[in-house]
Amino acid sequence: MNLVYINSANGLSKAALETVTYAKKLGADVAVVTNANASAETLTALGNYGASTILQDTAINGQDPSQLVKLVAAAAEKVGASTIVFSHDLIGKAVAPRLSVRLKAGLVAGAVALPEPDGSIRVNVFSGKAFGYVRVNSNTRIISLLPNSIQPEQIGGNCSVEAFDGQAGSSNIVVKATKKPEGAIPLPEAELVVSAGRGLKGPENWGVVEDLATALGAATACSRPVADIGWRPHHEHVGQTGVAIRPNLYIAAGISGAIQHLAGVNGSKVIVVINTDAEAPFFKAADYGIVGDAFEVLPRFTEAVKRFKATQH
Amino acid sequence: MNILVCISKAPDTTSKIAFTNGNTQFDENGVQYIVNPYDEWYALVRALELKEAQGGNVTIITVGGAADDAVIRKALAIGADDAVRIDASATDAYFTAMQIAAYAEGKGFDLILTGKETIDYNGSQVGGMLAEALNLPYIAIATKLDVAGSTISCEREIVGGVQEVEVQAPAVVSCAKGMAEQRIPNMRGIMAARTKPLTVVAPVALDALTTYSSYSLPAAKSSVKLIDPNNLDELVALLHNEAKVI
Ligand SMILES: Cc1cc2nc3c(=O)[nH]c(=O)nc-3n(C[C@H](O)[C@H](O)[C@H](O)COP(=O)(O)OP(=O)(O)OC[C@H]3O[C@@H](n4cnc5c(N)ncnc54)[C@H](O)[C@@H]3O)c2cc1C
Repeated sequence: MNLVYINSANGLSKAALETVTYAKKLGADVAVVTNANASAETLTALGNYGASTILQDTAINGQDPSQLVKLVAAAAEKVGASTIVFSHDLIGKAVAPRLSVRLKAGLVAGAVALPEPDGSIRVNVFSGKAFGYVRVNSNTRIISLLPNSIQPEQIGGNCSVEAFDGQAGSSNIVVKATKKPEGAIPLPEAELVVSAGRGLKGPENWGVVEDLATALGAATACSRPVADIGWRPHHEHVGQTGVAIRPNLYIAAGISGAIQHLAGVNGSKVIVVINTDAEAPFFKAADYGIVGDAFEVLPRFTEAVKRFKATQH
Repeated sequence: MNILVCISKAPDTTSKIAFTNGNTQFDENGVQYIVNPYDEWYALVRALELKEAQGGNVTIITVGGAADDAVIRKALAIGADDAVRIDASATDAYFTAMQIAAYAEGKGFDLILTGKETIDYNGSQVGGMLAEALNLPYIAIATKLDVAGSTISCEREIVGGVQEVEVQAPAVVSCAKGMAEQRIPNMRGIMAARTKPLTVVAPVALDALTTYSSYSLPAAKSSVKLIDPNNLDELVALLHNEAKVI
């Protein structure tokens, strides 16, 4: 049996669907364990992606990784899991390593593909400049799947939801406040990203970036100096020392394409670069390039997207 | 407050990444090692700020061979008080974390800090593993860190936002951007670092849980297709029909 942990506090995220699809493709039946009180109706939709059983513990809110690790360990024991899958998101990064120690089970952190024929699993190393193939030496293995590495697949199927007591004890972490920007798309999960750098000259000029992002339904990102000077929030900083992302489309305006920046975005499927300097290194990593002024090109881009969207309805 | 900061070496960000021995080993030829930026810029500097404000001691620890002493001296030059090197090759995150846990157990550290990840293996694993091995609370990917008495308060990243949380010491925190600013060591720091205590400790016997069986490099990009800046409709059409991303 393969076991998947998902966070269902805000319904089923794309990351949740990806992990269930991944676990199903590994072969064997898939059980899902979740905390929070998503409705049975919401959770049973996972049957469509290959889950056969869902264990739900509504007693814990999911804020303390030491509770979640107990929950997942208890579920793993109940279903006799040989593989446990997380999303390599902020919860997976906090919980999967704890579980690895608790179960003495090897962790493949940030898997980007299904196992190779020899059983090793590909991960990004050296900040996306290379791939490593990780072999697990223990009987039980834990895999955390980098978001946007595989597409969720509906295969049709049903599953049951069962109340489960993970005996997770009490939380040691007190939550004082939670801030989630309204309507913003979380960057690591975004399929489309519009990013800008120092070429935009000042925070007051980000309107053209946001307009394009809104027209596309994209998340926004930035280069390191832009976050360092405080033009944009830190969580938008992508690169080797920021967030690593791998969207389907990465649009970079006014970013030179330094090696440290590329390290965080080189997993993107398609890269569009807009830069006044035809010699900017980013063009070497781009699929499509526009040599031009971001202040002129971005608004035109936005209009072109709007025209395109109008024809799609 | 006694703070333990876990330090890893990492290849300089401009290093050429290549592999030897039939793609089974990282080619260290010509590679310069630095202190992993997350460990240095955020975990170590924040630990020093807390010590400067409240007193206490900052110990750095790494799992590595004698060649890593240079990286340790750099961290001492920035201001750590003393250093520990567990004399073993850091074969995987589990091995590394369990070695550090074996050392830290019972030493009375109030706070154990790691960087959010290393820029070579990018696993984000050591902090969580340490917390489990020492049975401590874990705050992953914190962007702010403050201490008042025995209360540790952090801002941490959550999916789609941030959260302010509190926990009682001792605890493990992994550190990310926002927490502190990079410090450049000065001459006095560099001189002082030479004589600060560096204790070399033998590793405990244990096996890694994972192995890197091989490595590969991504395929080179084909050359860029240039689009007329006055014809964005063409770009949108290509993104839809050719690239199929919108
Ligand atoms: C250890 C280390 C870690 C680092 N980590 C990161 C990281 O994680 N992420 C990161 O991004 N950087 C990182 N950096 C910094 C990196 O080396 C670059 O300095 C940085 O990425 C440059 O940011 P930029 O492209 O926005 O600015 P610049 O390099 O200043 O480039 C601005 C670009 O905008 C163009 N431009 C100017 N005006 C316009 C206009 N009107 N329209 C269109 N284009 C215009 C210019 O031609 C230029 O190419 C790191 C550096 C070090 C040493």
